[in-house]
Amino acid sequence: MGKTLAEKILSQKSGSDARAGSIVVAEVALVFAQDTTGPLTVTQFQASGFQNLANPNKTALFLDHAAPSPNYRLSSEHILLRQFAQQTGCLIFDIGDGICHQLVAESLAKPGDVVIGADSHTVTAGGLGAFATGMGSSDVAVAFGLGKTWFRVPESIKVVVSGNFVEGVYAKDLILHLIGNIGANGATYRALEFSGDTVDRMSMSQRFTIANMAVEAGAKAGLFPADNITKDYLISQGRGNHYQPVFPDADATYEQIININVAELEPTVSKPNTVDNIALAGELKGTKIQQVFIGTCTNGRLEDLAVAANILKGKKRHPDTRLIVAPASRQVLLAAIEAGYIQSLIEAEAVILPPGCGACLGLHQGVLGDGESCLSTANRNFKGRMGNPQASIYLGSPATAAATAITGEITDPREVI
Amino acid sequence: MLTGRALKFGDNISTDHIIPGRLAHLRSNLPELAKHVMEDADPDFASRVTPGDFIVGGSNFGLGSSREHAPLVIKISGVSAILAKSVARIFFRNAINLGLPVLICDTDKINDEDKLEVDLVAGTVNDITNGNRLTFSEIPEVMLHILDEGGLIPYIQKHGDFKL
Ligand code: SF4
Repeated sequence: MGKTLAEKILSQKSGSDARAGSIVVAEVALVFAQDTTGPLTVTQFQASGFQNLANPNKTALFLDHAAPSPNYRLSSEHILLRQFAQQTGCLIFDIGDGICHQLVAESLAKPGDVVIGADSHTVTAGGLGAFATGMGSSDVAVAFGLGKTWFRVPESIKVVVSGNFVEGVYAKDLILHLIGNIGANGATYRALEFSGDTVDRMSMSQRFTIANMAVEAGAKAGLFPADNITKDYLISQGRGNHYQPVFPDADATYEQIININVAELEPTVSKPNTVDNIALAGELKGTKIQQVFIGTCTNGRLEDLAVAANILKGKKRHPDTRLIVAPASRQVLLAAIEAGYIQSLIEAEAVILPPGCGACLGLHQGVLGDGESCLSTANRNFKGRMGNPQASIYLGSPATAAATAITGEITDPREVI
Repeated sequence: MLTGRALKFGDNISTDHIIPGRLAHLRSNLPELAKHVMEDADPDFASRVTPGDFIVGGSNFGLGSSREHAPLVIKISGVSAILAKSVARIFFRNAINLGLPVLICDTDKINDEDKLEVDLVAGTVNDITNGNRLTFSEIPEVMLHILDEGGLIPYIQKHGDFKL
């Protein structure tokens, strides 16, 4: 009997016949934590009695959530993480390098890997054909020490995506549409496995956007095959030798198959306070927005900044709407400068933040005021997410965000392009 | 056998309701952080909760971030177990890793402030207030072992590795 992507990767890395429902122990190719989960990870690592990392070069720390640090307490946490890296020899990415998931995609994860991170959006690396999932600090601490962890092999839901996107509609609209339909609980404990002719043509940037948000449907992983597009991406990152093809078997067993024709999709927005509370951007016309945020591990890549910059070029933000942009990594920022996108964004009166999580989790750099509404390209709009439970968050694509910045109210990007 | 009072919540209680990201600077000061437990779902929770109480959620309890501080502040508040119709995967694993039982059962049958008796071995919840008797779904064996040891860290201290 054939295997799903999840079953294939977990079989290979556990050396056993991993089938949905079975419990396996698998080697991890990469285990990481970031600056808000890392300190507890270090504490748990030490409490477990470990002295050394199982694999220092497969262990990483990222200072990205509070980067640069907004207060002395978080600065002290950064010191602790830098010291841990120095003592153990693990990889460390400091402020300005970028968001952990973007850096994992650019330079660390490989097709067929098992990756775990103390951050729920670790699923992003599923775009590369890696079985990547988020865990808490204790699990990650133990994987720091043992180089492996246990998994319950998930059942898989196959999402077959076909057709061509119409103008103004992107991967973000597709994943918001999917989550809206299956619900924030619709894939809990499952792997979402993507395929179909649209996926065969889809850029890595869009695959990462979709894989990133798999967790917003409760999924343990959001998985893409590793094909020639993956190969070209890895070559462009100077690591063509990291490529290996990873495909599910044709006769694999799926719990459910969902078909989506993207030609039928329209620009989609999640309304407060859950990601599955979707509406079409056009239906929300008239909803005033005080802040637009473009960035995050969902939509802070070069392709995203290109879409936003092309819409905003030669225009200005609405006087009542602040525009904040945070590139996902230094590589993205440099490429966006080179391509002229940053120039266009700044001329449109955007504030450019350093590469990192920026305003996403409400720690600094764009905290919302009472009663304010934000249109963000992030993945989450829970109450309080951007630092204020009295504020509202809408989620959309970079195109919807750029259009909204121009008009000051939620806008279908097709109205301005 | 655990006995205590039900403190009821609705569906989709996220890790941001439990302990929001804006308080990340307090994560190295757990007693201070714990004062904000469940704040964005119920601002009075920290003063209302008493040791032994149960948090009773609806569906998809604990969705969102991987922050282990969410089950950790609940544990520090003295809550003895979480009951819900369904629980987000990372939260579930994190809670068990901290030795905090998470039980999946039909919580629609439980009301706020009901007195409950939970039998972890028999897998039952007895609602003493309204007489309902519920069963909760099985927890994977590896998680039961971790729970038995009081959490993942004591489990690893004892066994040094995963014993499946
Ligand atoms: S950008 Fe937002 S969602 Fe992504 S890792 Fe940072 S805080 Fe989390």
